[in-house]
Amino acid sequence: MNYLEFTAILAGGSFAAGVLGALTGLGGGVVIVPLLTLGLGIDLRYAVGASLVAVIATSSGAAAAYVKEGYTNIRIGMFLTIATTIGALCGALLAGILSTKIIAIIFGVVLIYSAYLSSKAKEDHSDDSSPDPLAVRLKLNSSYPTLSGEKQYAVHNVGAGFGLMGLAGILSGLLGIGSGAVKVLAMDHAMRLPFKVSTTTSNFMIGVTAAASAGVYLMRGYIDPGIAMPVMLGILGGSLLGARLLMKFHPKVLRLVFGVVIMALGVEMIYNGFTGKI
Amino acid sequence: MKQKALWTDNSIQEIMGNLLILGVVISASIAIVGGSIFLFRHGGEQPSYHIFHGAPAQLRSLSGVIEQTRTFHGRGIIQLGLMVLIMTPIARVIFSVFAFLKEKDYLYVTVNLIVLGFLLFSLFGGIAIR
Repeated sequence: MNYLEFTAILAGGSFAAGVLGALTGLGGGVVIVPLLTLGLGIDLRYAVGASLVAVIATSSGAAAAYVKEGYTNIRIGMFLTIATTIGALCGALLAGILSTKIIAIIFGVVLIYSAYLSSKAKEDHSDDSSPDPLAVRLKLNSSYPTLSGEKQYAVHNVGAGFGLMGLAGILSGLLGIGSGAVKVLAMDHAMRLPFKVSTTTSNFMIGVTAAASAGVYLMRGYIDPGIAMPVMLGILGGSLLGARLLMKFHPKVLRLVFGVVIMALGVEMIYNGFTGKI
Repeated sequence: MKQKALWTDNSIQEIMGNLLILGVVISASIAIVGGSIFLFRHGGEQPSYHIFHGAPAQLRSLSGVIEQTRTFHGRGIIQLGLMVLIMTPIARVIFSVFAFLKEKDYLYVTVNLIVLGFLLFSLFGGIAIR
């Protein structure tokens, strides 16, 4: 296989990963790393570096559309970004210390958890009463547009949310993914944000979070242009198409099938991690 | 008062959105140009990514990448595009500092300065750690 064929395969695979990532809401990163390592035998560190770059591209593209709609709470996003950037720095440093076997096992666990979460119905725990005093001081409480006008919401458990976002940052820096699954825990369950606010605000943070580990990745040589270029462009194109498709239909069956695939990939990552084949 | 704050928040978001799109479009365009040059020259060679060697040393630093771009190396140009992409969220944070300064919201000026500090530490402090 020469570079021309290699680039074409990577771009095609990344495009598909981008479409599926957008349709299922899991993001392209969780799909592309198993595809590159298990499918093409690429070293995990190159795969994670390419994925991280792709994550910055897709999240910036999506955030641009989201912030204009008025769901994103930029204050919550900015405040929690402190936690995710600290986490991402730690994660990127950990990536240089831990063996690829251990990283593969952690990746597998995150894949399985993401698949489990995507199969469950999204719950909205938001309300407009008794916000966390810290949320008042930080001016986090806000409103978002609904069909029946602006709806107020109160922000709860700021401390727990902040801590969980730190964990999300660590995983992002370690695995080169957006770690949307952990953010759901932090923002939907702990802080009890309305679903649309948490989704868009979480996406708003991904780019800055990933940039925090990208500097470390770059200097360690994890970001190789030969892999990162087709992966970034493929996922970017694919996720743009996926977002368009999502407006036309809700892929319930596809979501379920894809959840099973992600689950299987997670098991394989863990297996390969234990047997040292990664 | 509340209405005014809301309006400024919305215009901050609007500018941020455009900034992000601009960054992505520029970086993707640069990467496509670099990729075309690279594939035209080296498309027939064999890649070896099964074993980790790390990207070449000159592609790991900004000065190296600029040098590679100046001498018209495809991989250097791709890497320049990727660096522009990494800079895009950082530009957004810098913009936020000034936007909240204009709103006289010093709490969020501080929040964004803290984030900016970590980002710059990662970009420039990484060398010391390595």
